[in-house]
Amino acid sequence: MSKTTPRTAPRQRPGPAAPRRPAPLTLSDHDQERSYEHARQLRARRRRARGETATAWAFVSPSILVILGLSVVPVIWSLLLSFRADDLVTPSRWVGLANYRALKEDPHFSQAVRNTLEYTALYVPLSMLLGLALALALNRRIKLVGLYRTLIFVPFVISATAQGVLFSFILDPQFGAANSVLHSLGISQQGFLTDPGQALLVLVAISLWSGTGFCVVVYLAALQDVPQSLIEAARLDGAGRRQLLRHVVLPTLTPVNVFLLLWQIINSLQVFDLVYVTTKGGPLGSTTVIVYFIWEQAFKNFTAGYGAAAAYVLALVLLVIGVGLRLLRRRGPAGLEGATR
Amino acid sequence: MTATSTLPDAAPPGSASDAGGPGVRSRTGRLRLPFSGWHLLLAPLALLFAIPLIWLLISSVMSNAEINRFPPALWPSHIDLGGYRYVLGNAMFPRWFANSLIVSVVAVVSNLVFGALGGYAFARMRFAGSRTLMVLMLATMAIPFQLTMIPTFLVMKRLGLIDTLGALIVPSLVTPFAVFLLRQFFLSLPRELEEAAWIDGCSRLRVLVLIVLPLSRPALSTVAVLTFLSTWNDLTWPLIAINHDTQYTLQLGLTTFQGQHHTRWSAVMAGNVLTVLPVLLAFLAAQKSFIQSITSSGLKG
Repeated sequence: MSKTTPRTAPRQRPGPAAPRRPAPLTLSDHDQERSYEHARQLRARRRRARGETATAWAFVSPSILVILGLSVVPVIWSLLLSFRADDLVTPSRWVGLANYRALKEDPHFSQAVRNTLEYTALYVPLSMLLGLALALALNRRIKLVGLYRTLIFVPFVISATAQGVLFSFILDPQFGAANSVLHSLGISQQGFLTDPGQALLVLVAISLWSGTGFCVVVYLAALQDVPQSLIEAARLDGAGRRQLLRHVVLPTLTPVNVFLLLWQIINSLQVFDLVYVTTKGGPLGSTTVIVYFIWEQAFKNFTAGYGAAAAYVLALVLLVIGVGLRLLRRRGPAGLEGATR
Repeated sequence: MTATSTLPDAAPPGSASDAGGPGVRSRTGRLRLPFSGWHLLLAPLALLFAIPLIWLLISSVMSNAEINRFPPALWPSHIDLGGYRYVLGNAMFPRWFANSLIVSVVAVVSNLVFGALGGYAFARMRFAGSRTLMVLMLATMAIPFQLTMIPTFLVMKRLGLIDTLGALIVPSLVTPFAVFLLRQFFLSLPRELEEAAWIDGCSRLRVLVLIVLPLSRPALSTVAVLTFLSTWNDLTWPLIAINHDTQYTLQLGLTTFQGQHHTRWSAVMAGNVLTVLPVLLAFLAAQKSFIQSITSSGLKG
């Protein structure tokens, strides 16, 4: 994981385990003192072993309280909520599976699922392909390559809110720079985020702008880990550039591919901030994604039970994908993974 | 046979290894560039990624008149700081900035403190139930936020924290990510150092603070960087937990501000610059550790 080695070892005081000098012939006061000290330390050690549990609990209790308190409890609470009709204010009542049945019938929910899947199906493969291509291009020692990497990665650290506000401006049909540029090229004005046919694609494009850098950086790290000896050996055997890429480099990237696939899918199924800032699910529901649907149900329409049921559906899907890909990873070549775990 | 080059002293050192990139085929006798051909591909691409941010900066110093013209100007005729003046003067931006800063700094410090304490206990101390607790905590990392947000809202409401910064701080006090990242790092340190101090009568806390933490800089900075990034950039939770605009964070404030002032684009962009700037500066100052943090935590995920 990290290559840091402890540089400075603290100076060790000579303890009882390390005799300071050759034992004298006679039993001196000094030796006696030493054995007393030894016994005292043994006692102290035993006492401390008892105190150890208390200390350990003191150390972990803040984390346990916050982490388990705000995850395990809410997970159960959410489950109970999903079986209830709850408006977050008045007492709720038990409705059984009615919320889940309603979800199945709800055209808004199925539209949200479709939109989310479309977004994911476009964003995940594109970000990974683009990321791999850029990483392969950036993986060489030429001047300015550091600058290129920085520029491509920088959008990743910018919040979805800032991205959303920025692109709402750039893509504003009336005042935006994008239409201004199109105008000067003689292309007709576009609606972008206000056009139901384009909005979701535009969101994918914005996400690619900010998310590709992450894939690039992960792929670059993996490419630098490809053993040089393998490449040399393949070259000696007469492998060309393309063969080298296909038979040596890409196979060693399998674990990274699986990781990125999992990571990108999980994140894009949970997309929310960007949608909230740019389109609020519109126009005509064309960008309503699952999490937006959940938020809207729980905190706008105050049908918390219904929102919780939708959240449970999403969580189950995420769980299935996560477990599935983990199994896939286990079956695949172990390769790099061993080193990073 | 040899390159019929109009640029005599062509290839700089290093370009030999790049031969085969677009435009550098010296063997075929084509024009030889004084730089690697990869630049022809990479420079425009990198620029493409940079343009939106450059445009953000430019439009923040443009006057509204120029932005609202049709077609809008692409380059300011003069630098106009009206947007910044508006944002810093009339609006609530300074307040939101302070709120965001408070929440993020508290989250970073408390994640370091509680993450280190918890991580150390899980790495080095034996106590009943430690394994179960650890597995349970690890499992919580797989829980999506959407599943917990509604009950967390109810918990915060019961604690009377809704509409206060407390509602934003409490859930981000410590994350399982911080605990585990630090635990893994502590496990990689040699045990002997700690044992020597421990036998000499140092308490666990002293061992942790005086010996372990100074050796754990890389892991601590990873936790700090990622905690800052995620709390500063978060929108979903503040949107749920905060209604009153005096308690907004910058992200929440920015999106509301945009909704109310969508004709004052220069002010909105000035506010956007202020929102992005801290993260951008932090990133540029510590780029290497940023990227290392993100890839290392990613690859282990």
